[in-house]
Amino acid sequence: METTPLDRRSFLRLSGLAGGGLMLGFYLRNGAEVFAAAPNAPVGFVPNAFIRIAPDGVVSIYSHKPEVGQGVRTSLPMIVAEELEIDWEKVTVIPGDMDTAFNVLNMNQSAGGSNSTPSSYDPLRRMGAMARMMLIAAAADTWSVPASACTAANGTVHHRASNRSIGYGQLVAKAATLPVPDPSAVTLKSPADFKLLGRRISGVDNPKIVTGQPLYGIDIKVPGMVYAVYERCPVFGGKARSANLDQIKALPGVSDAFILEGTSNLQGLRPGVAILANSTWAAISARRQLRVTWDEGDRANDSWAGYTEQARQLSTQTGNVTQDNGNVSAALASAAKTVEAEYSYPFISHATLEPQNCTARVDGNKVELWAPTQNPGSGVNTVSQTLGIPRENITVHMIRAGGGFGRRLTGDFMVEAAAIAQRGGVPVKLTWTREDDLRHDMLRPGGFHYLKGGVTANGRIAAWHNHIVTFSVDDRPGSGGNLSPNEFPSRFLENYRSEQSAIPCNIPMGPWRAPGSCVFSWVIQSFIDELAHAAGRDPYELRMEMLGTEDLVGTGGGAYNAGRMRGVVKLAAEKLGWGKKLPRGQGQGIAFHFSHRGYIAIASEVTVSPAGALKVDRVVAACDVGSQIINPSGAEQQVEGSIVDGLSTAWLQELDIQRGRVVEGNFDQYQLLRFPDAPQIMESHFLLSDNPPTGLGEPVLPPVAPAVCNAIFAATGKRIRTLPFTRNDLRWS
Amino acid sequence: MNYTLNVNGQSRAVDTAPDTPLLWVLRDHLELVGTKFGCGVGQCGACTVHMNGVPVRSCMLPVSTVPGMRITTIEGLSASGDHPLQKAWCDADVPQCGYCQAGQIMTAAALLANNPKPSDSEIDGAMAGNLCRCGTYARIRQGIKQAAGLAPANT
Repeated sequence: METTPLDRRSFLRLSGLAGGGLMLGFYLRNGAEVFAAAPNAPVGFVPNAFIRIAPDGVVSIYSHKPEVGQGVRTSLPMIVAEELEIDWEKVTVIPGDMDTAFNVLNMNQSAGGSNSTPSSYDPLRRMGAMARMMLIAAAADTWSVPASACTAANGTVHHRASNRSIGYGQLVAKAATLPVPDPSAVTLKSPADFKLLGRRISGVDNPKIVTGQPLYGIDIKVPGMVYAVYERCPVFGGKARSANLDQIKALPGVSDAFILEGTSNLQGLRPGVAILANSTWAAISARRQLRVTWDEGDRANDSWAGYTEQARQLSTQTGNVTQDNGNVSAALASAAKTVEAEYSYPFISHATLEPQNCTARVDGNKVELWAPTQNPGSGVNTVSQTLGIPRENITVHMIRAGGGFGRRLTGDFMVEAAAIAQRGGVPVKLTWTREDDLRHDMLRPGGFHYLKGGVTANGRIAAWHNHIVTFSVDDRPGSGGNLSPNEFPSRFLENYRSEQSAIPCNIPMGPWRAPGSCVFSWVIQSFIDELAHAAGRDPYELRMEMLGTEDLVGTGGGAYNAGRMRGVVKLAAEKLGWGKKLPRGQGQGIAFHFSHRGYIAIASEVTVSPAGALKVDRVVAACDVGSQIINPSGAEQQVEGSIVDGLSTAWLQELDIQRGRVVEGNFDQYQLLRFPDAPQIMESHFLLSDNPPTGLGEPVLPPVAPAVCNAIFAATGKRIRTLPFTRNDLRWS
Repeated sequence: MNYTLNVNGQSRAVDTAPDTPLLWVLRDHLELVGTKFGCGVGQCGACTVHMNGVPVRSCMLPVSTVPGMRITTIEGLSASGDHPLQKAWCDADVPQCGYCQAGQIMTAAALLANNPKPSDSEIDGAMAGNLCRCGTYARIRQGIKQAAGLAPANT
């Protein structure tokens, strides 16, 4: 291998230096361990696992959540810095590894369910406030004045009465000796005094990103490492019987090749063949000559066409009744008009742009992993169970990931890397190709909805019947396959019934950005539009009427705040200019959805040419995610990203299943929305409400597709009931 | 086979198979990992580098065709990360996951080198080959316009 002395530095050493020192800061639990880790490093003041202030005044804030593009490596440390009263420009953010030291005040290290903000906001404020109070106490003690007479700002404690000030760095030694206050009893700042939260802050990794420095899982290089690829059975659940391993091992650059028996866990170590080589390309090249005899199992005849037929048959039977309010059949029988519709959506991939990868070193019964993961704990569990290694012997370095969208909540790529490293007896970096990534993803389940609705003579919805047919493995529906009994418009209509059936399959399914909601919102908000048009009602007005006049509908965790939803629906309509008279081929649409604690409405305007070409002119998002937007730049990114993702998915994406395997292998067959087709105008409006701040990674996506479909109907009279849009003929007729 | 490449103004020697794509030579042999692997078939643009100033997909470019060519990667776009696009990308906070952005910047840099004040449709045309899975297209447009002096900085 040809390297210069500088290049030979491992990525970790580089990132350690870039992080501001050689100290392995994430292992901080107390001063003694810091000394043990780095005897020469100045300890400074370490009030908790999130903060270290060095004697020179340099403030390090540890980011405990996986960064996958949702911006938490910036937004969460901002929360700590706000309460700590330190200038953001003086803060060094250090990415934390997986460490129980971060599990205080119920915080965890999984990044899923748009949960990072709601689960960390209050606890991180307390982490920052603890440190501020201790620094103030240290200054007060130094000056022999009451702490209540001192204030902190910009990394300095002030005593106004005597006009004295002292920097945090000078207080480090004394603060480190003071008792640590109970975080649940600290005094938090008034949000009116916030200086940092609410400011536009550019992502902390941006300077590295724009200069191409090593940052992502796929960039990792550890000493002695070889490069691995892994061939899995194209039919889900199949096993490798034999392969031309001797021929493969003789190829240039190849150091080893072997079959892994694997397990039947579709989210775990799938059976396959590993090839180890001295470069990624040598491994990929060798794989092209790999010949495997597979035991394809009993699912090699499954197909999407077959599933569609099964769904139709199931729809003629009564499914599992999940909600049955009022008397739907009687209300449908007496309705002035009824509408019946079949909606369907395909399996899709997460298609993170950084393919799955993981670097692993196994040393006896110890495992070290460098993983671009959203959920290190789940990966550790899978590795522990599969390799028989105790959890406490598994170290996970959480590396920035090139996209998540739920894909990296599953630990399959981590256990693959660990198993290959164990069997190969050498550290490995496992890299998935794009074909691996599309064909062996944890797919978002496809689904079918059979809907019946009725409207009364005076234009109200009389009844709603939704029979969903989803997919299950071992009688368990795939992630997001369960339609909640409380999903809107349940509880908002007198007569509402939902039934559920499932098609058995052996397809690995996993959470995909706003699981369930990402498709249910499209079905529900499209069908509301169908009923509005059947009733001759304005789609916006009917929605506001459906949302009623009560604020809280339901109780406890399942409560739906209709007041918050009315607020955002009204705001989206106002911002779009709802009701504008438009020529044929142009239309407006609106939709709303509640998920992940967020109340979101989307309104859009589209143009469809006579030849059926779609252009999304404008998408307006109105969002109620609580009282405080932490980083408006990051928040708008999540809104715009969700708009593009929601549109991209609904417009273009599907994975076909034939002969038990995924057909599409790369981006020539599986399209993502490209630059020229992104909406011309996207607007983010935040309706601040007196509620705790909540996440934005997911809730904006669900109402995007129906808002656009409803606009397409307004423009053309064509109702899209099958996703993706490309399956529909939008030509004027 | 031994090859001598001109990468970011430096002469670099590699010993690898002739069909090895430049992408993997950069990443595995030269440890210039800013250039990213996204698809391997020239569809996503994450691996974009400049060859004699022209944006090319390094995942499709066998190393045997590269000697004698001037290769510039994201690491060599500017001496200290201060190309107007790099500055604009930070100012406008363009990246979300950031994985595609090296390719986006290299494509945009080639556009601005030839067309310092591109129109919206020229930006559309130039950037259509670079996928962003996170959907940062609006910010990318903003970043290009800022770097070109066509839009005010964010401040």
